[in-house]
Amino acid sequence: MKTLRIGSGAGYSGDRIEPAVELAERGDLDYLVFECLAERTIALAQQARISDPAGGYDPLLSERMRRVLPFVGDKTGRRLRVITNMGAANPVSAAIEVRRIASELGLDLKVIAVVGDDVLDVLHADFLLDNGQTVGSLGERLISANAYLGVEGILEALRADADVVITGRVADPSLFLAPQMFEFGWAADDWQRLGRGTLVGHLLECAGQVSGGYFADPGFKDVDDLARLGFPLAEIDADGEALITKVADSGGRVSRATCTEQLIYEVHDPAAYLTPDVTADFSQVGFVEEAVDRVRAQGAGGRARPERLKVSVGYLDGWIGEGQMSYGGPGAVARAELARAVVLKRLELMGVKMQDVRAELIGMDALHGPRSTVEPWEVRLRVAARCEERSEAVRVGNEVETLYTNGPSGGGGASKSVRQVVAVASLLLPRDAVNPRIEA
Amino acid sequence: MKLHTLAHSRTGDKGDTSNISIIAYRAEDYPLLCEQLTAERVAEYFAGLLEPGAAPVRRYELPNVQALNFVLPGILRGGVTRSLALDAHGKCLGSALLDLDLAIHP
Repeated sequence: MKTLRIGSGAGYSGDRIEPAVELAERGDLDYLVFECLAERTIALAQQARISDPAGGYDPLLSERMRRVLPFVGDKTGRRLRVITNMGAANPVSAAIEVRRIASELGLDLKVIAVVGDDVLDVLHADFLLDNGQTVGSLGERLISANAYLGVEGILEALRADADVVITGRVADPSLFLAPQMFEFGWAADDWQRLGRGTLVGHLLECAGQVSGGYFADPGFKDVDDLARLGFPLAEIDADGEALITKVADSGGRVSRATCTEQLIYEVHDPAAYLTPDVTADFSQVGFVEEAVDRVRAQGAGGRARPERLKVSVGYLDGWIGEGQMSYGGPGAVARAELARAVVLKRLELMGVKMQDVRAELIGMDALHGPRSTVEPWEVRLRVAARCEERSEAVRVGNEVETLYTNGPSGGGGASKSVRQVVAVASLLLPRDAVNPRIEA
Repeated sequence: MKLHTLAHSRTGDKGDTSNISIIAYRAEDYPLLCEQLTAERVAEYFAGLLEPGAAPVRRYELPNVQALNFVLPGILRGGVTRSLALDAHGKCLGSALLDLDLAIHP
């Protein structure tokens, strides 16, 4: 049996595009996977779809596809296919857009959408969310509910001979596990191999984060050429044994250390990493550096999959108003402290209605509380508050801005913003309430 | 000695929970990390940031990669999507933990 080659073309919606093109062109790949959905991306996309029924998919979908579709099919000696969750809140419209681009490029490609993750209609008012609220209590503020699908829909699309598979919410590792199951014929209850294949997916799903991105710490962990960071690919055999590498001559690095950081990233109990497909066991994983930028992953296992599927519920939760102002030079911290006190007093005097407020000095205590023991040359006051009404949130940034002519001396570079809070909570649904399927 | 000299770290988020990996550069330093970096010590280090009443900090060991994984429930107050924090994901927490002092046995 051949070695399967799967590359990772994006680790989040806004990720760099040219490393994906490099993989498509020079990675000698069977599959290029783009993982582009963070926790609340679908809720945001659902809002976009409300204002434009044909929208609600990834804003970079068209550009990414225009760049990589020319390599899809039998162009490089292998048949390259694309799998992505860039369908977000509207995989069917995303598939139509990809077909339009393929046709513009003169390509004859089969593009299949996977649907069924949208479970808004399945929710009952008395369902309890993990934040203690009921679905019913969200009322009109409820935007979206999407189940994390597993491999099923993608497998069906591959069996239907798709060149491009476009999904909405699918568990990130499942995007990578599905082509392994399809190519090697693994059974849906072959937990050991599914656990290994899930490890491959977990290592690849954040793209550059396993090939030297988000890793460098100068003098401790140096990485070459981050500006030309190469995205990773895995060489996988029929038992799910895998080697992580990247395109030769690209920037970055694949090492035991980069793989270990990504192994534990967003994992809680390493012996029980839950996906819709398997309970993967990463607790005994080890890495061997076989050559420069070639690391073998070993020791993953798996047990039966969870009975219920996780559902992300998106809802509107007020507005966040924010204002910032910088202070520099001698006494910068004292003036910024005074500015902080003044703004908080003003918000109180003006009766601004806030659910929660936070005022901090960037450079002193914004990230981890008061830990700094040195006086910096410059600090930046940041005041942020969550308000039920937009009109109240606007007043937060305005009060910071009035420091110009009313606050301590020498404030500069004021900025202010207001944004709507799209919050996400989760619940669990029985599998039989969810029906993944394809729309060709 | 600062933890930074012996180990590296990455922080992940799920809901209002952070997980912080601490990975020994050299296998021979791993026992020292296991001994001194208890869940209680990490909880104490982040006491000012942890939500009162949240579930306790948990520690998992990954011996084959000489790593510890700390799970800190509730530290991302309200969760990434609602948080007022500058670093709502808590991405910088691991770097902060590397400032922790280790006692080196003679």
